[in-house]
Amino acid sequence: MCGVCGCGEGHSHSHDHDHEHTHDHHHHDHDHDHHHGHEAGHSHAPGLSPKRMVQIEQDILAKNNRYAAENRHYFSEHGMLVLNLVSSPGSGKTTLLTETIARLKDELDIAVIEGDQQTARDAERIRATGVPALQINTGKGCHLDAHRVGHALETLQPKNHSLLFIENVGNLVCPSAFDLGEAHKVVILSVTEGEDKPIKYPDMFHAADLMILNKTDLLPHLDFDSEQCIQYAKQVNPRIKILSLSAKTGEGMDSWLRWLKAELDLQRIDYA
Amino acid sequence: MHEMSLCESILQILEQQAEAQQYSEVKTVWLEIGALSNVEIDALRFSFDVVVQGSIAEHAQLEIIEVPGQAWCMQCSRNVVVQQLYDLCPHCGSHQLQVNSGDQMRIKELEVE
Repeated sequence: MCGVCGCGEGHSHSHDHDHEHTHDHHHHDHDHDHHHGHEAGHSHAPGLSPKRMVQIEQDILAKNNRYAAENRHYFSEHGMLVLNLVSSPGSGKTTLLTETIARLKDELDIAVIEGDQQTARDAERIRATGVPALQINTGKGCHLDAHRVGHALETLQPKNHSLLFIENVGNLVCPSAFDLGEAHKVVILSVTEGEDKPIKYPDMFHAADLMILNKTDLLPHLDFDSEQCIQYAKQVNPRIKILSLSAKTGEGMDSWLRWLKAELDLQRIDYA
Repeated sequence: MHEMSLCESILQILEQQAEAQQYSEVKTVWLEIGALSNVEIDALRFSFDVVVQGSIAEHAQLEIIEVPGQAWCMQCSRNVVVQQLYDLCPHCGSHQLQVNSGDQMRIKELEVE
C-alpha cells in the first residue's frame, strides 16, 4: 500500500501492462500520418510517440474541498456554528427551521442559506420569521457546493458568533459528497418516510453527525418502527447521534435547542 | 446525478493540467473510484461523454479502477472488506466499523498528446 495516496500496489502493476498495450495500438493508429508529406520527417519512430503518460493524482473534489476549507476558516474566524441540513424533499426541514428560529432568535443571531432547484419560497418563509435568508437556486443542480456558499456569505454577511443554517437541496444522495465547510451535517428523516431510509441511502447517514427523526406526532397513525430506524442509522454510522422530535407540536425540541446552543458555545472557544 | 458535477470537476482539472503539463489532447483518463464513494459508474461514463464535448478531452477514453471498500473493525481490531456502508463485520457481526479505504474519487493518471 502506498503511504502517500493510498493506492494498492497491485493496481499500479496491472496498470503498467495496460499502458504497454495502449502504446502498441497507438503506433498502428498513426500509420495514417504517412499521408501527410510534411509530417513524414517526424513520423513516429518506435518509442518516440508523442503520446505520454501524466501522473496527476488529484482528488476529483479537490476544488470543492479547497473552497470548503476557505469557508471553514471564515466560520472559525467569526466564531460561527454552521450546519448543513440534508434530507429528502418533504422531511420538514423548513418547518423545523422556522420553529427553531422562533424559539432562538431573541437570544442568538441566526441566518439561513436556502438551496432549492427553483423558487425563493423557502427563503421567504424564513424571512417571515425575521432573520436574514438568502436563496440559492441550483437550477438543474442537485446539491449545493462550497463555491456557491462562499459567494452567498459575501451577500449575507452573517454576524460574528451567529448560527448559520444551510438548508441543502432536498436530496438524500448527491449532497453527501460535497463539503460546504460546515461543522456538522444534520440529516432529517421524517417518520412518514419508512424506517429503512438509513440503509437505502447509507452515504448521507454515514456523512452526518446528527440525525433528527421528525414528525413524531404522526407516529400513532403509522407503522413506523423508530427503534429499527435508529438501529439502521447506527449500523451505517456508529458515531451518529439521534434526536426524535416534532417541529409541529414542539415535543423533543428542547434537546435540539440545547444541542444547538452547546455546539455554538464550542465555536467560541479560542484554542491555542 | 452529482456525477455530472463530478465530471465537470474532472474536466476542469484536465484543462488546468493541460497548461502546466503542456498537452493539447487527452487520450485516456484513469480514475480511481472507491466502492463506497457513492458514484454510479454508468452515470459517470454517461456524464463524462456529455461534459467533454468540444473540449480537449472530447475523444478521451475513461478507464475506471474500482477500489474495494475496507473498514477497521473495532471489535476484531483488524481491517475487513465491506461492500456497503451498512455492512456488518464479516467475522464478528459488529457494526462498529470505520471505513478507511474505498471512499476515494481520484484522477490517477492521463495519457495525453
